[in-house]
Amino acid sequence: MNNGAVVKLIDVHKVYRTGEMEVPAVRGVSLDIRRAEFVALMGASGSGKSTLMNILGCLDRPTSGRYFLDDADVSGLDRDRLADIRNRKIGFVFQNFNLLPRTSARENVELPLLYNPQRLTNAQLREKADRVLASVGLAGREDHHPSQLSGGQQQRVAIARALINDPEVVLADEPTGNLDSRTSIEIMGIFQQLNERGITIVMVTHEQDIASYAQRNVVMRDGIVLSDRVVSQQSTAEAELEKAARSTREEAG
Amino acid sequence: MRVGSTFNVAFRALRRNKLRSVLTALGIIIGVGAVIAMVGIGNGAKAQVEAQIASLGQNVILIFSGSTTSSGIRTGWGGAGTLKIEDAEAIRREVPGVAGVSEEVVSTTQVAAGNQNWFTRIYGESADYFDIRQWPLADGAPFTPQDVRSANKVCVIGRTTATQIYGNEDPVGQILRVKEVPFTITGVLTPKGLSPQGVDQDDIVIMPYTSAMKRVIGGTNLRNINVQIGDARQVEAAQQQIIALLRQRHNIRPGRDDDFTVRNQQEIAEAATATSRVMTLLLGAIAGVSLVVGGIGIMNIMLVSVTERTREIGVRMAVGAHGNDILTQFLIEAVTLSSVGGVIGIICGIGASRILSAYAHWPTLISLSSILIAFLFSAAVGVFFGFYPARQAARLDPIEALRYE
Repeated sequence: MNNGAVVKLIDVHKVYRTGEMEVPAVRGVSLDIRRAEFVALMGASGSGKSTLMNILGCLDRPTSGRYFLDDADVSGLDRDRLADIRNRKIGFVFQNFNLLPRTSARENVELPLLYNPQRLTNAQLREKADRVLASVGLAGREDHHPSQLSGGQQQRVAIARALINDPEVVLADEPTGNLDSRTSIEIMGIFQQLNERGITIVMVTHEQDIASYAQRNVVMRDGIVLSDRVVSQQSTAEAELEKAARSTREEAG
Repeated sequence: MRVGSTFNVAFRALRRNKLRSVLTALGIIIGVGAVIAMVGIGNGAKAQVEAQIASLGQNVILIFSGSTTSSGIRTGWGGAGTLKIEDAEAIRREVPGVAGVSEEVVSTTQVAAGNQNWFTRIYGESADYFDIRQWPLADGAPFTPQDVRSANKVCVIGRTTATQIYGNEDPVGQILRVKEVPFTITGVLTPKGLSPQGVDQDDIVIMPYTSAMKRVIGGTNLRNINVQIGDARQVEAAQQQIIALLRQRHNIRPGRDDDFTVRNQQEIAEAATATSRVMTLLLGAIAGVSLVVGGIGIMNIMLVSVTERTREIGVRMAVGAHGNDILTQFLIEAVTLSSVGGVIGIICGIGASRILSAYAHWPTLISLSSILIAFLFSAAVGVFFGFYPARQAARLDPIEALRYE
């Protein structure tokens, strides 16, 4: 059964009940995501990609089917066990960053550590958070509050928070949805760097050019996987940034 | 396993909303402060009354002459003139356990010395009186039993009278004219302050009752007799024996009312403290209402806070918080607010009662037990009013919470 997949979905269904009506959101999805893959999950709204993302993130349970995360079946776990899985194995990056307001970047990044069974001293928390913040290029901004940071910087804080517990997989839900195009490319650059370090990333997006930074695109429609293909011409953030800079120069010149 | 870091989390959340935390705690501060100050005032008043009652002396039985009705007009206690000197002597002789007896007559009159004069109360007493009332002299000596037997023209005076007549001079050995009869002052009493009825007890001249009856007031009747019993356990029995003895001496047939009234100090104390106890209770209850209002304030703010922080709760759950972690966090926040408010409220309450004592001269008494009860109650208010909002927070669905705008 195990073929190096860190995420393995087998015929997953999700049905929402509203009164007497049963609304199927996901209708039989099977999916393997190998370690160190960078996958973009695409689809129009109502395609079931958000529901699938919630299941992948252990925020929701499938109605039927099995979900193996890091070889462990998590499809039948209760609320608290799912919370533990999220804490240890999953890092979340949201479209609207979801940082705690009036809280320093450092304390935001420390947040998942506070719910980790491994108890760290305040000095250890600080040291670990500062190290991860530096790795996403935010050294020196540890004490800034979200309101003092740009959108791109806030998303970097959120990425640092997702990484702090060394997760098996980072789930990003429209991570560039609230960012301008240049900042979006920078964030994709960070994802690509993380991916090169061997971190598995699943990213929901509806933008084709953002999806092209991933290695593999999975497109959903009406609750099933419509297509699943390897990206032939993967964009690299470095090249795109250079291209953008050149066009700006030409316009100016 | 996570209680420690949950405390950490809760304190961080409180620090993040300093103004809101302070305002929420303010409700509890005022509530607890009010309870402490009000109960302090009530207890202070009670303690003062008790001290005044105790100043009547220990194990004292008071016998008042009855009242009489003549042509439909009733005199007050002592008016019937039913108590005689012989009654007092019989009590001294026949009632066991008696430590002291003082025959008492009372009048008010003008007294004078030199070119000063003053209207004051004249008490005729036996030499036992100073022991019975535990009223030592500040200066000089009391009159003696010999003075009483001989009806000598001697007296002791209270501090107020001394100041009014003699100013800063030493009155001991001087002559005080009472109704133009010259009395030699043998001593000055220590000040006793106001009585429970608000009478200045130091505005007084005390002389042998024999001298008072013979030379100042006239008449042969006592207003009352003060009896002191040596052992507190014998007070009840002695009281019964005195009643029986006086009924027999006054030839009162069974079934007829006494022509005198006997009260012991315990009964007087109970009547006097009952009022202040009710006052303490009432003040405490009113202040308690403000504490409950403070608690509702906490619940209100916590509910608002749960709604406002829905996304935060969603994020916490997404990164691994259990429902219980969220519940504990919000409970700790509520209890921290209420108990920190409680501690500050206790300090404010103590401060307020100090100020009342200092500037309004109200006696206040703050007991350790009232502090402990106030603190525990404020913490309990936090738990009680914090639980519902905390449970609301813990029950949130992380997906809904993350999507909340």
